[in-house]
Amino acid sequence: MHGLPRRAPKPEEEEALAAKAKDLRALQSQLLSNHHSKVYTKEALDVSAKLLEKNPECYTAWNYRKLAVQHNLLAVQSDSDSDSGAIKAILDLELKVVVDALKQNYKSYGAWHHRKWVLSKGHCSLDYELKLLKKFQTADSRNFHAWNYRRFVAALLNRSEKEELDYTTEMIENNFSNYSAWHNRSVLLSSLLKKEAPGFFPKEKVLNEEYGIVQQAIFTDPDDQSGWFHYRWLLDQTVKMDAPLLASSWPAHGSNVILSRNRHLYDCSASLFDSFHSDSGTFPLVLYFNQAVKGVNSSTVAIESLFCTEDLDWKPLLQISSQFSQVWVTHIRFPEANSQYEEACAVEVSVGLSQGIVSSSGFDYSHLTRLAFKVCLSPVDTEPSKTQGRDKILWRDENFSLYQTGSEEPHKSLSIDDLIIHNVDKPTTSNWRAETIANEIAIFRELLSETSCKIGKLTLARLLTAYDVIQSQCANKMVNSEEVLELYADLLKLDPTHCQYYKDEHSLVFLQQLTSSKESLLKHCFSHKTLASSSIGNYTCLCLNKLSLTRMGSIEKLLWVQMLDLSHNELHSIEGLEAMQLLSCLNLSNNKLGSFTALAPLRMLKSLQVLDISYNEIGSDTIDKTRYLFSSPLCHTEEISWNKDENVNGCINLTNYWDAFLIFKSMSLTQLAILGNTIAGENFKSFLVKVVPTLEWLDGDKLH
Amino acid sequence: MEHIRLNGAYWGLTTLDLLGKLDTVDVDEVVSEVMQCQHESGGFGGNSGHDPHILYTLSAVQVLALFDKVDVLDVEKVADYVAGLQNEDGSFSGDMWGEVDTRFSYIAICCLALLHLLDKINVEKAVDYILSCKNHDGGFGCTPGGESHAGQIFCCVGALAITGSLHRIDKDLLGWWLCERQVKSGGLNGRPEKLPDVCYSWWVLSSLIMIDRVHWIDKQKLAKFILDCQDTENGGISDRPDDACDAYHTYFGVAGLSLLEYPGVKAIDPAYALPVDVVNRIILGIKG
Repeated sequence: MHGLPRRAPKPEEEEALAAKAKDLRALQSQLLSNHHSKVYTKEALDVSAKLLEKNPECYTAWNYRKLAVQHNLLAVQSDSDSDSGAIKAILDLELKVVVDALKQNYKSYGAWHHRKWVLSKGHCSLDYELKLLKKFQTADSRNFHAWNYRRFVAALLNRSEKEELDYTTEMIENNFSNYSAWHNRSVLLSSLLKKEAPGFFPKEKVLNEEYGIVQQAIFTDPDDQSGWFHYRWLLDQTVKMDAPLLASSWPAHGSNVILSRNRHLYDCSASLFDSFHSDSGTFPLVLYFNQAVKGVNSSTVAIESLFCTEDLDWKPLLQISSQFSQVWVTHIRFPEANSQYEEACAVEVSVGLSQGIVSSSGFDYSHLTRLAFKVCLSPVDTEPSKTQGRDKILWRDENFSLYQTGSEEPHKSLSIDDLIIHNVDKPTTSNWRAETIANEIAIFRELLSETSCKIGKLTLARLLTAYDVIQSQCANKMVNSEEVLELYADLLKLDPTHCQYYKDEHSLVFLQQLTSSKESLLKHCFSHKTLASSSIGNYTCLCLNKLSLTRMGSIEKLLWVQMLDLSHNELHSIEGLEAMQLLSCLNLSNNKLGSFTALAPLRMLKSLQVLDISYNEIGSDTIDKTRYLFSSPLCHTEEISWNKDENVNGCINLTNYWDAFLIFKSMSLTQLAILGNTIAGENFKSFLVKVVPTLEWLDGDKLH
Repeated sequence: MEHIRLNGAYWGLTTLDLLGKLDTVDVDEVVSEVMQCQHESGGFGGNSGHDPHILYTLSAVQVLALFDKVDVLDVEKVADYVAGLQNEDGSFSGDMWGEVDTRFSYIAICCLALLHLLDKINVEKAVDYILSCKNHDGGFGCTPGGESHAGQIFCCVGALAITGSLHRIDKDLLGWWLCERQVKSGGLNGRPEKLPDVCYSWWVLSSLIMIDRVHWIDKQKLAKFILDCQDTENGGISDRPDDACDAYHTYFGVAGLSLLEYPGVKAIDPAYALPVDVVNRIILGIKG
């Protein structure tokens, strides 16, 4: 099937093939007959051996032989005259048949499994097995059947992990271009490090040595991928922090949150990071961890304040419900509007009050984090805003003016640094991490000075980014961003096949840089006002439009955003946006969103009312790339019964637009723009109006 | 190749459906041939008289699904055969002889999902076992500790997709490993430093699509590679340009072109490896 040249067979070749096929059919037919009649004589066994030697893929023959072995072993064991020699003879024959079959196809699943089955019976000597493996691994060091079999034999022989690690060292020293050996190495090392086995502690020493070994591989031939992934694993081992930590929250520690129920009366420009408007009278408390955790609940996270006394329900912010999530949210009722609360109410959140928050790799959230912020009602707030007569949000230039920080009370306003929770690391650990990365940076700069290679540039970009991330734990500075962005620009030219990968990485670093200082962030903050109303700004908008962004990032620093303009970019996904719980108005027009399912993160944004997805590619793609990334009947996490939903009873196009239905039915949008998408015809628009009863504006037209 | 006749039926018939030519085949004949492969245990063998195995049981269900004939089965019986192959640790054996491989996890999950009987197995344990085969490069192997291989990755990612567990994967890490399968010729290999092969146009591509990272490869270059593997005289697609064609590579080539949205090819579902209209009909209850 693989690697056979394409050419018309000559007559004598065709004859030979026909004869071969006839022979095989005869053998197979005999085998099946013996199998069904449970005939296990020597002659019958010979037939199966011949068949398997020519066609090791005939799995029924392997099954037959196992039954024969069982039958014959039983006969031997019940015969008091027989000796252990008889048992050995039976099983040795099987081992020979396996070897003969492997000669024909050394990748035969059936053959390898049969050998394991025989050895598992426990009567055979294992001495020969390592020799056999050596033969196979010398012939083809990438044969994963052999590597799997090696793992099986090593366990039977009780070989230590160190011995097996030494074997991988031997293989790599022979020929570094052996991804299989590198893979096994990472598995064994990982286990030895975790156990803190003698000779493998401290981990810093082991990793440093490992860096040296893998560098040799990469530098000998930078185009050979064998060492690339091992290096990336090492870098990850160096940078990652095992224990889960809180990365950021909203409200942020130290903030003074001004809550409002009436958008029209409230001037949001007074404070950038800590204002919130809600019709529902609750505000979200968002916890953003550095990795997925479970166990966030009212026992592990305590909330103390005068106005919030009940136990709260924490929800993971995931598109498909799971125990583990990186972002968690709960909702707290606004304080009552009476004179008792004229002053700001203090809220204290204790994360990790009791044990229970655990990462998906099993590490505990091991210390207590206290967040303290103040909450007060906007002074002019009397009653919730009327839901009628809401102004249409326009995203035109004339609606925006640069955000003026002057109105912020300096001592009250937060800096970007305040948005991130700084987790102090053990000094020795953080020194080693920084030193190691700095060392690697120097080494790769040297490599690049000699040869301009893709893996060199990519690794350097990753190292520089990692360095910035480590340093940002102490002070939020991204000193290497410019150089990293240049490296990704270089890579676009050096490796055009993977240009979209580099563009995605570029977007992430770009956003890290943009959100690294309040100065750079403020360049993108604008006050928005609808022209109809007075000069009071109703929203502060983060404008990230026209930045060639292909994906979103740094969302842990953007939890405060209520209005976001991402138009005129190259986004095909909005992964991560589900964490932006304050989002009320979102502009995604003129991007590359290819399906409704790509909008799934928006289902979790309960405050979202204004959405512009015009001029995307919804309806043009035949292949949906986000079909399995959100809760739906396709992944067995949600039921749908097409007839039962009241809103859409009698709606003929429901099954045509099943994905749009799943996305929009749980959203309470008041304003939506969809024009410029292939899907956006009259049928779809009338469907939408039925599915989203709260809609007041569709494509700029007032409804009802 | 007679021992894998049912697999061959699946490859050939699905290709025909993708090309809009399924009606050239006699439904009743197909159904009858498929049912002849069924064993008294409920499972299917590769051909009539061959032992039952989970591999061919899935092919049987998939072929019947193409023709909307799954109801000819005693669905409970088939599902019990498959579910009975789940082990204590959540893994699946291929048949009564106990070979364990993540391929079988995918097969069991896909098969039971198509029969609407996923709850016959312990899904949580099945998912946990699959995740225990996750490697440091983000990929998956046959068994815990096994090297990442595009075929195994497709099986694990597909199984996780069907059970709503894709968030347990590091999509960026796996996506990078997968996109680096594209070599200079535009074709895809199955693991680092191996030759490209048309069948990886399916295993790698469908995995990339399920985790929404397919834009990380050059789709046009891949399409060209697949088309170069055609035998324009006799028809069919081979593993590499100028090699001999076979049904297996023809199917994977066409399926790959479908995922690349090549005109004239129906859309295929990356998780169930069946046309999207078939999956929508069975899983979502939407008649086309």
